Amino acid sequence: MDDNMLARIKDDPNYQALVKERSAFGWTLAILMLVLYYGFIAFVAFDPAIFGVKVSGMVTVGILVGVSLIAISILLTGIYVVRANSRYDSLTRAIVAKATGAAR
Amino acid sequence: MSRSLISGLALGALATPALAAGPIEAGTMQATNWTAIIIFAAFVLLTLGITAWAAGRTKTTKDFYAAGGGISGFQNGLAIAGDYMSAASFLGITALVYSGGFYGLIYSIGFLVGWPIIMFLMAEPLRNLGRFTFADVASYRLGATPIRAMAATGTLVTVAFYLIAQMVGAGQLIELLFGLQYAYAVVIVGVLMIIYVTFGGMIATTWVQVIKACLLLGGSTVISLLVLAQFGFDFNALLAKAIEVHSKHDAIMLPGPAVANPINAFSLGMALMFGTAGLPHILMRFFTVADAKEARKSVFWATTFIGYFYILTFIIGFGAIVLVLPNGIYHDGGDITKGLLGGGNMPAIHLAHAVGGDLMKGFIAAVAFATILAVVSGLTLSGASAVSHDLYASVIRHGRVDEGSEVMVSRVTTLILGAVAIILGIAFQKVNVAFMVGLAFAVAASANFPVLLLSMLWKGLTTRGAVIGGFVGLVSAVVLTIFSPSIWVAVLGFDKSGAWFPYVSPAIFTMPLAFACCWVFSITDKSAQAARERAAFEAQYVRGQTGIGIDAAASH
Repeated sequence: MDDNMLARIKDDPNYQALVKERSAFGWTLAILMLVLYYGFIAFVAFDPAIFGVKVSGMVTVGILVGVSLIAISILLTGIYVVRANSRYDSLTRAIVAKATGAAR
Repeated sequence: MSRSLISGLALGALATPALAAGPIEAGTMQATNWTAIIIFAAFVLLTLGITAWAAGRTKTTKDFYAAGGGISGFQNGLAIAGDYMSAASFLGITALVYSGGFYGLIYSIGFLVGWPIIMFLMAEPLRNLGRFTFADVASYRLGATPIRAMAATGTLVTVAFYLIAQMVGAGQLIELLFGLQYAYAVVIVGVLMIIYVTFGGMIATTWVQVIKACLLLGGSTVISLLVLAQFGFDFNALLAKAIEVHSKHDAIMLPGPAVANPINAFSLGMALMFGTAGLPHILMRFFTVADAKEARKSVFWATTFIGYFYILTFIIGFGAIVLVLPNGIYHDGGDITKGLLGGGNMPAIHLAHAVGGDLMKGFIAAVAFATILAVVSGLTLSGASAVSHDLYASVIRHGRVDEGSEVMVSRVTTLILGAVAIILGIAFQKVNVAFMVGLAFAVAASANFPVLLLSMLWKGLTTRGAVIGGFVGLVSAVVLTIFSPSIWVAVLGFDKSGAWFPYVSPAIFTMPLAFACCWVFSITDKSAQAARERAAFEAQYVRGQTGIGIDAAASH
């Protein structure tokens, strides 16, 4: 990639949109995950008794929270993939087409 | 059981999920289990057939290291899950649930939550910038020689600790389950692993992982269903019975004493979460797919399979509390107050017998053996790539090397690593190696992860900062682990007063320390090279975001 092409890509509004949207979305999800997980760890460290509270039948807060964290991990990665495979990939294709097309 | 539990707690939380050496008592070797041997032999024949097929397709470095980049996202997701779900996870976590209930689930969650972080922050630039190893990414705009030397050291240290733990675990497990001598078992694992990797490279290793992942997921599903069937698929009834029969009763629903100290809880959490994002054999799998889109799908499928698997381990652990714990035939001397036959890591195996008889037990034993075999293959390939691709081709030959000789070096390295693994596996037979997986995660989180993340996301990182930060993370993680009670007292046998580092994992100190060193030694770096490296960030970032400039990945 030469400097010309680099400058052209950086000026491409599609590229600016891609970088801005993707990093905002990625960091939002990452921070959400970190808050949920370290929130869970904070309860393990400071208020472990809460996990033994029964919610329904024998199912405790601990089991519910644990299974939910696993489900949320899967769900959030799924949401990211869906968005990346539609919105971000079409932006990327447009950027690549413009950059490589103009280079020829 | 009490012995394994106590040693597990004393060792510290991180140590236990490794295939603990200590808890498997010697001298309880069982009669030859023909079901297990036949099923395992079928697995070996099938995978050797695949290796022969893969050998014909392994010609270039790209074939050898990255399966030609032609693995689909779904297949790669299964293979990642296969790499990640070691026998330590399967036997170790079910054993933790068996002895500590909810405590085991804390590990499962920690092992899973690294995956979303990898997806959101790392998957795309990693795939768009790298070719075969994570050092490709870290050295993209930084000084190739020092960065690759550092990354290869981090890789080899991580792989060595992980590998020894798996080899020792394999030897003990197979001795118990198949009635084979320990040394034979270690040699069989070592030789098969060498054959897969040397001849079949990443193509064979990937398919071994895929088959093993299907077997492990299938086997765990069947056991879980059989357990639930005994309770009319009423999960409440299973939990109620478990609380009733377990000596801790309601306390099995609580986190337990090992993570009661907040520093232990957070340090463990950090090592598990960020260690995942720095394991070289996992990172290597990002280069076996064609593009960033397939890499994303890989992470999604891997997260799904691993999350599902950990939910099953929870059911299996509780099933074992109900069906194995109160049953004399699974305990030494038929006495339910004594330990389990074969040691503390055996609940899942005994449960398989309790719900499915000898056939099921043989099947699960064979799956456990296949699991170890697949994991050591992935580890060895990753270690061999660090030597041939990073050290030999880049550091020693400065890139002036043809593909044939690079692959040859990789194959020879595989042979050497395999031999070393066999020797160390035998040498460490009597040593408690349970801490080693924990150490591998701590090193990965403290050395590999900070350098990799900053090289992709932070413009200011320079070679000096990355090398100093990486080595500080590596050395501090190893040193603090050595001076913790789990090694200083339990392994080396020294007096407790010398173990001045009291926590289960060093990550809460060493990972921020590594980041801080990367930062300080980068911003104070005023050299001309550092200025060039900062200027080169833009081009790297554009490629990381768009993939422009990447060589066509699929084999033509």
